[in-house]
Amino acid sequence: MRLQFVLAEIGSGLRRNLSMVVSVILVTFVSLTFVGAAGMLQLQINQMKGYWYDKVQVAIFLCSDGSTAAGCASGPATPEQQDNLARLLESPAVAQYVNDFQFESKDDAYKHFKEQFSNSPIVDSVTPDQLPASFRINMKDPEKYQIISETFSSQAGVETVIDQRQLLERLFSVMNAASLVAVSVAGVMIVCAILLIATTIRLSAFSRRRETGIMRLVGASKMVIQLPFILEGVIAAVIGAALASGTLWAVAHFFLGGYLSKQYPDTAFISAGQTLILAPALIGLGVLLAGVSSLLTLRRYLRV
Amino acid sequence: MIRFENVTKVYDQKARPALDSINLEIDRGEFAFLVGASGSGKSTFLRLVLKEDRASSGAVYVAGQNVANISSWRVPRLRRGIGVVFQDFRLLPQKTVFANVAFAMQVIGKSRSVIRDTVPEVLKTVGLEGKENRLPHELSGGEQQRVAIARAVVNRPGILLADEPTGNLDPTTSMGIMGVLDKINQNGTTVVMATHDDDIVNEMRKRVVELRNGVIIRDEAKALYTSMIPVVGQSRRLRDASGREESPSAVTTRSEARAEARAAGEGQL
Repeated sequence: MRLQFVLAEIGSGLRRNLSMVVSVILVTFVSLTFVGAAGMLQLQINQMKGYWYDKVQVAIFLCSDGSTAAGCASGPATPEQQDNLARLLESPAVAQYVNDFQFESKDDAYKHFKEQFSNSPIVDSVTPDQLPASFRINMKDPEKYQIISETFSSQAGVETVIDQRQLLERLFSVMNAASLVAVSVAGVMIVCAILLIATTIRLSAFSRRRETGIMRLVGASKMVIQLPFILEGVIAAVIGAALASGTLWAVAHFFLGGYLSKQYPDTAFISAGQTLILAPALIGLGVLLAGVSSLLTLRRYLRV
Repeated sequence: MIRFENVTKVYDQKARPALDSINLEIDRGEFAFLVGASGSGKSTFLRLVLKEDRASSGAVYVAGQNVANISSWRVPRLRRGIGVVFQDFRLLPQKTVFANVAFAMQVIGKSRSVIRDTVPEVLKTVGLEGKENRLPHELSGGEQQRVAIARAVVNRPGILLADEPTGNLDPTTSMGIMGVLDKINQNGTTVVMATHDDDIVNEMRKRVVELRNGVIIRDEAKALYTSMIPVVGQSRRLRDASGREESPSAVTTRSEARAEARAAGEGQL
């Protein structure tokens, strides 16, 4: 009975305050979309880092069938050349700079490639033969990249030595800056949303002061009096958060998946499904900010 | 049922207290009028009983419990034991008579079947049978006040506080309302009614507590609205004995007071 009563109260409150409720929905929608955009950029950065990024700094790619580099004139790297390189990595001259290293075979390379590019059409046209085997090196001091590069570039069977971090870090710094901007905009919008929710709850409490006054007099508990107001704000915020989640999904699905991934087939993009892990966080954030701001407002404007 | 021990209430440190060292006891099942001019402290008295305000000093006991010791989350339970009726009825305009009364039960979580059984019964007690589905604006003032009374007593409180319940009603309707309140009192509910309505007080012949400037200046059983000899500190039995003799002279005092008020009004014009 009490639940039914509370629900009926919420319904009448939402109807009476419709324009304010719509504005709360829109403001939470916009603010949470910005929060979600920042989250999406971070997801995208993780996606681009791939399997090795956080584990190693330097990759020594071995010659494969299609290699055109000068060192690969004699064809793909042989198992002997591979053993030589492994021995060289373990030799004292080099080992002092190396924490540890791993060998990535063509099959391993294919497996990691498939993971990273799972959302991209390119994955179907690649076979393990096309991908080079490589040594992945975790440096004691990443700044000593030059030493490794000089030592190994001239070795037989080595196609190229690259510092992967350097390649990606510039791009990541741009993306991180973009997420910072998104978070700042989101911060301003969230303040806006909190104030708007507070105003809405205040108006709602004012327009229903007769009811709440009677409820107080007949001994309704604090919860029964306050809950409809709090839920009113929370429901509006949840709708806003759901809209924001839907927007992020649509951006990932139509823009990243449908457009960008065709323009840049060699870049790994997040899938639309991955953005959905942001939805619970956005809804949780919406509930939290609506709940807290309406609770604080009620403490000031609704006597119980 | 209600006991005030040396209660003082100060709203503004600079002004005189709204209530000044009040000692008063109202027993279970009693019917008491609280009379006095505006600002004499009647409403403050009622607010203190409801714990709407905290006494500046002294102790207020309701149903044997010192209200100062009731924690804020248990105040609703205190208020469930007290029904309140106001001069302006305070009905919900968009709800029917039935829904207005049922509202008081819904918000404290009574089941639907209990509500269906209890509300018509209470409406019958206040004389509103057959008007369950009317809206407040379709009722006369007296009927609206009956709805308000029904709402106040539907949860069977031990105490009914009425703050000038007949202030907006004509004398005949007022007497009808008093009949309802008397009936509720007969059923064992303690009734405290603040009023300006001298006819009603004189007609009912119940206990009268008169306040002036926050002080009790009279506390008489079976008394009239005004008394010839305002006495303080005299034992109640003595006043009971003198009550009967007072009545004729009290009437004269009242008409004199009215003449005076008229004169004062003309003077102002």
